[in-house]
Amino acid sequence: MSGGRLAENGGQRIRRGEELRFTFDGDSRVGLAGDTIASALYAGGQRTFSRSFKYHRRRGELCGCGQCANSLVTVDGAPGVRACGEPLRDGMQVEHQNAWPSLELDVMRATDLVGGPFTPPGFYYKTFIRPRRLWPLYEKVLRSAAGLGKLRRRQPEREWRTEYRRRHCDVLVVGGGIAGLSAALRAAQLGADVVLCDEDVEPGGSLLFEGGHERARDLAARCREAGVEILTRAPGLGYFDGLVPVWQGDVLHQVRAARHVAATGTLAQPLVFPENDLPGVMLAPGALRLAALYGVDPGRCAIAGVDDRALETALSLHRLGVQVAVVADLRPDADSELTAALETAGIELMRGVTPVRAGGSKQLAEVQVGPVDPSGRLRGSARRIACDVLAVAGPQAPASSLLLQSGARARFDDTLQSFLPQEAPPLIHPAGAVAGHADAESAMLSGAVAGAEAALALGFGEREDRDRLASERAKLEAEAPTVRRAAPPAKSHDGGRGKAFVDLDEDITAKDVAYAAAEGYDSLELSKRYTTVTMGPSQGRFSQLASARVLGEVTGRPLGEIGVTTARPPWTTVPMGALAGRPFEAAKRSSIHARHRDLGATVRWAGDWRRAYDYGDVEGETMAVHEGAGLIDVSTLGKLIVRGPDAGELLDRLYPNRMSTLKPGRIRYGVLTSESGRISDDGTVCRLDDDTFYVTTTSSGATAVERWFTWWMASWPELDVTLTDVTQGVAAMNLAGPGSRDILAKLTDADVSNEGIAYLDGPQLAIAGIDCLVLRIGFVGELGYELHCAAPQARGLWDAVADSGARPFGLEPQRILRLQKMHILVGQDTDSETTPYGANLDFAVKLDKEQDFIGRWALEHYEERPPAQKLVGFTCPGGEVPTEGAAIVEGDRVVGQVTSSRRAPKLESSIGLALVEPRLAEDGASISISDDGRRIAAAVQTRPFYDPDGELLRS
Amino acid sequence: MSFVLDCPNCGSREVTDFGFGGEVTTRPTGRPEFKELNRYVYFRDNKAGVQREWWVHRAGCGEWFLAERDTRTNEVIWTARPADAPPARAAAASEGAPR
Ligand SMILES: [Zn+2]
Repeated sequence: MSGGRLAENGGQRIRRGEELRFTFDGDSRVGLAGDTIASALYAGGQRTFSRSFKYHRRRGELCGCGQCANSLVTVDGAPGVRACGEPLRDGMQVEHQNAWPSLELDVMRATDLVGGPFTPPGFYYKTFIRPRRLWPLYEKVLRSAAGLGKLRRRQPEREWRTEYRRRHCDVLVVGGGIAGLSAALRAAQLGADVVLCDEDVEPGGSLLFEGGHERARDLAARCREAGVEILTRAPGLGYFDGLVPVWQGDVLHQVRAARHVAATGTLAQPLVFPENDLPGVMLAPGALRLAALYGVDPGRCAIAGVDDRALETALSLHRLGVQVAVVADLRPDADSELTAALETAGIELMRGVTPVRAGGSKQLAEVQVGPVDPSGRLRGSARRIACDVLAVAGPQAPASSLLLQSGARARFDDTLQSFLPQEAPPLIHPAGAVAGHADAESAMLSGAVAGAEAALALGFGEREDRDRLASERAKLEAEAPTVRRAAPPAKSHDGGRGKAFVDLDEDITAKDVAYAAAEGYDSLELSKRYTTVTMGPSQGRFSQLASARVLGEVTGRPLGEIGVTTARPPWTTVPMGALAGRPFEAAKRSSIHARHRDLGATVRWAGDWRRAYDYGDVEGETMAVHEGAGLIDVSTLGKLIVRGPDAGELLDRLYPNRMSTLKPGRIRYGVLTSESGRISDDGTVCRLDDDTFYVTTTSSGATAVERWFTWWMASWPELDVTLTDVTQGVAAMNLAGPGSRDILAKLTDADVSNEGIAYLDGPQLAIAGIDCLVLRIGFVGELGYELHCAAPQARGLWDAVADSGARPFGLEPQRILRLQKMHILVGQDTDSETTPYGANLDFAVKLDKEQDFIGRWALEHYEERPPAQKLVGFTCPGGEVPTEGAAIVEGDRVVGQVTSSRRAPKLESSIGLALVEPRLAEDGASISISDDGRRIAAAVQTRPFYDPDGELLRS
Repeated sequence: MSFVLDCPNCGSREVTDFGFGGEVTTRPTGRPEFKELNRYVYFRDNKAGVQREWWVHRAGCGEWFLAERDTRTNEVIWTARPADAPPARAAAASEGAPR
């Protein structure tokens, strides 16, 4: 009986003294340190790891290296983990996926036993489309039956986050087999900064399980000595114009290299015959890995293959102490040192035969092998071989997706019976088996050549290094081909009953591909989309070659003509979180935010900011500003300090009005326009002293304005001016209402009378002992002061002002208050076409100033012509509040749109702003608003609804 | 799209660190004719080849700088602060400054 462990051996990864305890579907299991989940399960006698996607068939160990979908399990609640690649940890909770109620008793297995013959490709599309009304029901049932694992619905806290790391280097070597190590070593020895990434827990590739582990470790040590950065358990995910993301646990390395070496190796391919998915049928390297790396005795093995690899596998397994029953070699004429070695070892070699059926109920018990004719039919009789494992070594498929993504082409190679990448672009150097240099010595040499080519191309090395490269290259070419000649795999999939799978991920059989071709899906691209062959989690790496071969057979075309498709990134299954990474744009909260929370504010997003929308009583908060005093956090405003002898000159060039004439301590409103004269932002400018201006912008425009200013500053190097963005470092709050002056008086010794701080004064004062810039502006239409102070002191200031009688109010009351004054909200009441003339901001445009300024020519043009739309106020006598964005209509013609609308409690009426055709911009003009089917009558008003002459502001 | 730009302050960084300011345009001097203004405001060369353009180190130091880039290959030929840009065409960056 198989299972258990083999004798100790130098290449093993397991540490026999260190037992690890874990659970599988709740049962406690034991493994060893160094095991993968799969090797521990296998050593403990578990053969079925999962159930298949469609037919819920048993699936077991296949590739042994985390590449296939056979061993997808859920680990500690996270689905989609490949048991055969995932190192075992103590306390792991492993669960199967895709079987209900249990792995052993899966009721969906019925789809295979009963529905099997009735579920050809396209079955679901064709069957469940009628009657249409039942689709929601069908969908519910189908969705719960399909899928690979379940995501947890809720993740209260993300348990881990990915860090991005950007690594620029000279050479990135993808793949740490002998070719990759050799390339990295040579490039590093020539002086290049080299990074090497590999999927396994240590570099070495197939050396590690083919008896070369000491050589692999020696090479890796020499690489490290030469300065190579080696990343393990780190697959390169794809090739993006020279950028290769390398995923390593919770770090995503974005590796940017000047040159790349693709040493990605090859993938052993399965053979297609009935019941070829039974647990126990595994890829030859999978069986070898179990035995060599984890010391697991796979049981009595039969080996089947198409080239020397089958023979090598048999010899390696034999050396490791595994019982090898027979080698079935499809080549009729194999004869070499290997065949002699088999004879010496006493292993039977059958020539010219291939597996025609696997047998066993829950796992492999026997395999039938025999010779087949060109149509795939058995000639004569098959021989039954009792075995626990059938290790298959189909043709080797180069792992070429990185090369193909970079622009290389795949060409069918008759000798290898596989597609080899050709014509790689100059910045990427193929090395080793992926380039057809399969045996260790030529892979080593081709790695050295690739490493030297990459480094020399970057200017490293001397003349003698170039000479050395030339001679090595000549040697490599002279030795080629070092490849193993393979027999074309037999067409043995027609052998009677049972399913012969070409794609284990998606449960696609050879018959399915043939069926799809008969329906007209006879090109690879069409076949793939119709049958979903190659579209499973292993991205066709074990199914592409086989499905292309079947398609070639049924359409009578050579394999080279069928071609292969390029697997898209990512190369391996990556958690979405690993790609999402750490957000660069963090949510922003003002330094006063804790107070808003204490007060039970409704907090909402406003751009990147979390802002207090209201404190639960919009009307009360609004009325408090009218009747007493209110306080709002406006820290989100953009705040820029513009300083230098030419600060005034800069602002004069950017604003359509004059800022250089502003006296220190005074404030002016400014609107910013683009060169096309359209409004881009607005705010206030306060002159602090001769050389210094304090500029505020809208909250949403802060970043854009800062960028706009610095861009023009870069364009005008002759100006002696600097800009400091203090948006985050300076907090601001607006104290407003008739009672605000009294509150201020309580908190400062300064003269706060209307003479002491007049309208549009900007003095710097201590308020409640905190240094503030006080801007007396008409923010919400009542007497008001905007207090700016260092962010860390803002909470103290807020408390002092609030404790003196100001009631906090939120964003929503602020919008009502500002709307009453017809203060525009850029982006809400303006669009990309609105000019200052259209928004009634004529006062902020001074075309009579000498100075040229941004947008001047366009504004001169617009001054002479009426704007297409003009911003007006309106009231709705019926009290309706139209939806913002509702159309203003005349008959069936649209003549404008509502931009803002609110009910104003103080005015006890419904008010709004609208962009309308200029002829309607007359006081009293009646307009009709079409809002979701109803018509609302409204009257135009051109002057502010509240305090139209600004008397309150000035008093 | 993926390539590297050299920030004059911070050195070589991924393109995702940067903001694109578009191709360098020449601001008309004096009062332009309507047609010329229209061209300046709305039209770009959209060149398939080497063009001079603005970039800002958005996720880094915030510096605006100039670059010449081949729009077909994303090869960046040089980057420089406007004052250090190769002189032959450096005028393009600032000649349109309002006087
Ligand atoms: Zn920078």
